[in-house]
Amino acid sequence: MRPASEAELSETIRGAGGPLRVVGGGTRGPGNLPGVALETGGLAGVRLYEPGALTLVAGAGTPLAEVEALLAGERQRLAFEVPDLRQLLGREGVSTLGGVAAANAGGPRRVQAGAARDSLIGLRFVDGAGHVVKNGGRVMKNVTGYDLVKLLAGSHGTLGVITEVSLKLQAMPEAETTLIAEGLDDATALTRLRAALGTPYDVSGAAHIGGRTLLRIEGLEGSVAYRAGALRSVLGGDWVLASRAESAALWRQVRDVAPFAGAAGAIWRLVVRPSAAAGIVAALPGARAVYDWGGGLIWLLTEARADVRAAVAGHGHAMLIRPLPGMTVPVFPAEAPAVAALSRGLRAKFDPRGILNAGVMG
Amino acid sequence: MEMPLPDPSVLSRRAAIVAGLRAILPGDAVIDDPAETRAYECDGLAAYRCAPLAAVLPRTTGEVAAVLAFCHRQGVPVVPRGAGTSLSGGAMPTADCVILGVARMNAVLETDYDNRFIRVQSGRTNLSVTGAVEAEGFFYAPDPSSQLACAIAGNVAMNSGGAHCLKYGVTTNNLLGVTLVQMDGTVVELGGPWAETAGLDLLGVVCGSEGQLGVVTEATLRILPKPEGARPVLVGYASNAVAGECVSDIIKAGILPVAIEFMDRPCIRACEAFAKAGYPDCEALLIIEVEGSPAEIDEQLTRIKAIALRHNPVELREAADEEQARRIWLGRKSAFGAMGQINDYMCLDGTIPVSALPHVLRRIGEMSAEFGLEVGNVFHAGDGNMHPLILFDANKPGDLERCEAFGAEILKLCVEVGGCLTGEHGVGIEKRDLMGVQFEAADMEAQMAVKDVFDPRWLLNPAKVFPLEISAGRRAG
Ligand SMILES: Cc1cc2nc3c(=O)[nH]c(=O)nc-3n(C[C@H](O)[C@H](O)[C@H](O)COP(=O)(O)OP(=O)(O)OC[C@H]3O[C@@H](n4cnc5c(N)ncnc54)[C@H](O)[C@@H]3O)c2cc1C
Repeated sequence: MRPASEAELSETIRGAGGPLRVVGGGTRGPGNLPGVALETGGLAGVRLYEPGALTLVAGAGTPLAEVEALLAGERQRLAFEVPDLRQLLGREGVSTLGGVAAANAGGPRRVQAGAARDSLIGLRFVDGAGHVVKNGGRVMKNVTGYDLVKLLAGSHGTLGVITEVSLKLQAMPEAETTLIAEGLDDATALTRLRAALGTPYDVSGAAHIGGRTLLRIEGLEGSVAYRAGALRSVLGGDWVLASRAESAALWRQVRDVAPFAGAAGAIWRLVVRPSAAAGIVAALPGARAVYDWGGGLIWLLTEARADVRAAVAGHGHAMLIRPLPGMTVPVFPAEAPAVAALSRGLRAKFDPRGILNAGVMG
Repeated sequence: MEMPLPDPSVLSRRAAIVAGLRAILPGDAVIDDPAETRAYECDGLAAYRCAPLAAVLPRTTGEVAAVLAFCHRQGVPVVPRGAGTSLSGGAMPTADCVILGVARMNAVLETDYDNRFIRVQSGRTNLSVTGAVEAEGFFYAPDPSSQLACAIAGNVAMNSGGAHCLKYGVTTNNLLGVTLVQMDGTVVELGGPWAETAGLDLLGVVCGSEGQLGVVTEATLRILPKPEGARPVLVGYASNAVAGECVSDIIKAGILPVAIEFMDRPCIRACEAFAKAGYPDCEALLIIEVEGSPAEIDEQLTRIKAIALRHNPVELREAADEEQARRIWLGRKSAFGAMGQINDYMCLDGTIPVSALPHVLRRIGEMSAEFGLEVGNVFHAGDGNMHPLILFDANKPGDLERCEAFGAEILKLCVEVGGCLTGEHGVGIEKRDLMGVQFEAADMEAQMAVKDVFDPRWLLNPAKVFPLEISAGRRAG
């Protein structure tokens, strides 16, 4: 099913006799879900773009690439650097804004600019009973009523089908430089990254990937040159600099977890206290790691079929992004009972029949 | 302002309820003497007052949980309170409520510079959070003008902003986790000292829920390394429209100042008379501040000045040193005080798309004449959050009502041009009855459904945010 309007979508949901599987571009959502496919492609198109106010409003089915191209024309972009996980997950198709919002996507720049939730300033959605709801708006500062935008961001299609999003944008920087160190062990590399994030030099990327340790700075030419120099002297050791296009290519690899694309094994996404990262990985023999966010995000590749969550306990949480065939470990971590009760209560309110992406989040 | 009638069954059990609270808390933590409960009868929206049944000042999450569980069993409404600086009446009591104040819960629980967070009890004031980490070169970014007094509890409840949120975001963008006590006494941990949660973003919806979903007792906050320095420029223009274009051009040029503040002529004149900051007498004044090392500041200001000059300013002044920077900010920082010097004032807080600025200021000027009340505008221009200050005389019969009617018209105008009723002060009781201007019934129903889940009996701060007629059935239950 592919409703052509929000009203039609509402009708479709009201009339649904069973589970629905919400599909944007099919590039990042959960794989095999029960139910009839409900596509958002008919709800596409940019409805408002004001470069001088850094705001964009577009239908949820609008392809991400189309928006990125439009913004690039004005030298603007989405701040949160959406990962392209198609290679990693073995998917095809094109990402849509709705999917990006529902998954609360966020790439390396999260350390500086947050994830999708932090750029989302408004949205419209149709809940599981067919009610059309709007929340937030098209202005950057808005505390009118509850922030359902945050609740829907990262709800993976379970509370409602997002039909329109409003986003705060960012200007593209004039310059970008990456500092690269080679051959540091994980613990040393991550210590350097955390130290860099604790300086006033406005680091916008801090990753350790394939034996290389990367720090990104963005901004005006003179400022980037100054901060690169300052970071090198504060951190010590050998750092070489990568220029603009070369730098951008490095961060695409981090963003998309390129080293794990096509590699066999289960893939986990761990969000943790950065200082615990190296220890967590060391406790999982045989696992390979890509570290982002100064260690706050670990992409883990492992042949093991077991749950890695015991290693993370108390330091954060883990999501199973790509299971091995036949693995029975839950995708999402279990919530504490009282928190689970609240989540369950919200699902029951917003989707009383439990038909939207049923069971996705556990 | 209409408030629901107090529950007679609660009022009649007053003595037993107070005794019950005394059994839970140490003696000095329960206040029921009318001479003392008066201290809690209003918040920063001082036009509306009502003494609570009692006030309690617990010291721990455990005590908060015990108080809430007790009130839940007794069916007593609870109004959480931080420092009481809300400008929307969010912490205003009803006669049948217990005020739960977190002012005594102000400890720093953990500072972790390596992972860049601090965990505090929620009664700690905003400024003292920065105070706790600045020796190590860090700060907590959201900086409401009330930061000396307001508590993190209120900041979380209101999702408060500040002068520097153009670069650093508002509370929700800097909040990593909370300890929340639900009305029935259940304690939940939401988020933690890591970047995001895995399940539904309950933390995201608690932030900005105006004390209606639970009582926040602890908060984990992101702290940031302090920038090397900051410097403002002041630019005066002969027209609001031109000043608006200048702001838009700076943003389009890809420069990100930490603050762009805008003042209109009535406000400039009031500030000048009050603080003598040496502002030019013009229609619109911008204060633009950038951060970084001296060379980085020069680089940014060179571009900003070039843009500003293209629009023919009547004055452009860059701070050459700390003292000049202080003078540039002096007038802006004393804006509220300056307006208060002239008369009583009401501070509004709508947000508009930046492009609508000239139109909105023109309409406000026309309405000012119609209502016969003066208004001055201060405005976080980078993000469209405006603070019209309407002057009135509280001692003149009818003036407050006229002022409120004028305020309501301004907020409706904000919504009409694509903005919203409140950018940072919250709905409270002040904008409660205007919610229908911005939202359809289904929009509010969805928000109330969240409260139904967290607080099924609607005992927490129940008469706020949603128009009384639409929340009536729920509150009664
Ligand atoms: C002079 C002045 C300037 C101001 N400037 C700004 C500004 O620049 N930016 C801005 O955003 N605001 C500003 N404000 C408004 C106000 O300071 C903020 O809303 C602030 O966050 C309120 O904090 P508080 O501790 O005083 O909260 P209170 O006024 O005590 O309460 C505010 C709300 O929070 C709820 N609450 C309090 N404690 C808890 C808790 N523990 N758990 C759950 N809910 C709770 C209350 O029920 C109420 O709804 C200003 C106010 C004044 C008086």
